[in-house]
Amino acid sequence: MQLDKAILELLEQNGKITNDEIATLLDIPEEEVQKLIEDLEQKGIIAGYQTVINWDKVEDEKVNAVIEVKITPQREVGFDAVAERIYRFPEVHSVLLMSGDYDLVVFLEGKTMKDVAQFVSSKLATMEHVLSTATHFVLKTYKKHGRILDDNETDRRLVISP
Amino acid sequence: MSNWQQYLNSTVRDMPPSGIRKFFNLAAEMDDVISLGVGEPDFVTPWHIREACVYSLERGYTTYTANQGLPALRQVISKYLIDSYNIEYNPKSELLITVGVSEALDLALRAIVEPGDEVLIPEPCFVSYMPCTTLAGGKAVPLNTSIENNFQVTAEMVERAVTPNTKILFLCNPNNPTGATISKDNLLAIAEVVKQHDLIVISDEIYDQLTYKDEHICFATLPGMKERTILLNGFSKAYAMTGWRVGYAASNPDFIAAMTKIHQYTMLCAPITAQMSAMEALKNGKIAMIKMVEQYNRRRKMVVNAFNEMGLDCFEPGGAFYAFPSIQKTGMSSEEFAEELLKETKVALIPGNAFGPSGQGYVRVSYATSLQDLTEAVKRIASFVKKR
Ligand SMILES: Cc1ncc(COP(=O)(O)O)c(C=O)c1O
Repeated sequence: MQLDKAILELLEQNGKITNDEIATLLDIPEEEVQKLIEDLEQKGIIAGYQTVINWDKVEDEKVNAVIEVKITPQREVGFDAVAERIYRFPEVHSVLLMSGDYDLVVFLEGKTMKDVAQFVSSKLATMEHVLSTATHFVLKTYKKHGRILDDNETDRRLVISP
Repeated sequence: MSNWQQYLNSTVRDMPPSGIRKFFNLAAEMDDVISLGVGEPDFVTPWHIREACVYSLERGYTTYTANQGLPALRQVISKYLIDSYNIEYNPKSELLITVGVSEALDLALRAIVEPGDEVLIPEPCFVSYMPCTTLAGGKAVPLNTSIENNFQVTAEMVERAVTPNTKILFLCNPNNPTGATISKDNLLAIAEVVKQHDLIVISDEIYDQLTYKDEHICFATLPGMKERTILLNGFSKAYAMTGWRVGYAASNPDFIAAMTKIHQYTMLCAPITAQMSAMEALKNGKIAMIKMVEQYNRRRKMVVNAFNEMGLDCFEPGGAFYAFPSIQKTGMSSEEFAEELLKETKVALIPGNAFGPSGQGYVRVSYATSLQDLTEAVKRIASFVKKR
């Protein structure tokens, strides 16, 4: 488990790290790394591999919104059934069940503001058991998945020091 | 044109410039160098410390402090030493906040050394020990360690070098530049010899948090050693705070009072901004520090394996962030190796003899470098070595 955790941390830091590099860093054979990673994938602990992209720098703009959703929980399935109806939509990025004033927070990505508005008004707000929604548009992303986008902190050390 | 050299103090005039200086000038002229020659963390000071610093400035903490340093910081250091090593120093009389371990070791030497006193210095060693000893009027006596005995300092070495004039033994554990940690058995045996010959120990433990194999042993905790040890430590390495210039010394009240006397006239006090930040580091810095140590540890294994695979013997360092491989098999001197490597591959490392003549035949490789750079550098070194 210790090794599993170490591998997960390395992959979380850098999804492109090779098995060979992991093997060197953790001082274990490459075959073992391969096997451990396969196990982690099989168990769904590693759910997938993604890249952190600063879309603000890409011409082809996207619109992101965060939507607070209040719902009525269902007998037996609680919030899960409604959550599923929402997260199955491909334009929905993340869905989290929250404590506090609202129940779900939904991260949505669309091409235009109109897209997002359309989704909320026609799909989300009208969904059975959804009581209310509050949509917030994202203006700028500063940090994403632990990465500071546009980080200007460079190595300022002298080349040689005692 | 008059020669101003003749006006200089002869001790200063005759002192050779640091071996690092020469190499620095060479490396600084080149662009795009991957440097494994840096003796400081590649991390920036953790944000919570920087943020606390800004807050202290906003509240107007911009004054002198007590000569000995902020009482609250001494309190926190005292607690740190109790928690880490179960050793108690009175924050009022047994702790002094300094401008880095650099100042602390100068103060320790100046407070104790009389002209002609001999100071035993295990070598290869941090670049300041010998010159500071000379400036204090002492005579530096090297104790040569080597890869054959894993760069260990032993009681026998000390015993052999002791004369009636020997007054101080330096220890640097974990060591810069070798990365060696001194084993408990050796430390205990050294303590015996120290007692027997009535020596004072200056124990530079600035890398105490950066150990990867065995728990660090604070020399002052060994039987009979607390009173006769001047323990030096600081924030530069563990908390990535090299530029803040803050460290401390812990010892008996007489030594601390004497060191404080010099400090008060030459330095007055360590900068309050750095002291406030050091306090934050010790209070809340453990999590960030452990994360950094974890990363050093991974790189350490990678670097050691890489050098051994190249056929250059590399002892597995137990601490700090340096590897100290032997380059003797290439038939080159340390300087030749470092210079040619730099010119040919744009990888900078430091010739081992910059840390004393006994470092000849080695190079110091700092793995306080991003994994990406380290991987690339190691590749280049390997192909450089292959061609020889
Ligand atoms: C062994 C040793 N002692 C002392 C120092 C200086 O530390 P400070 O930044 O606290 O002056 C260094 C820094 O490289 C070191 O390696």
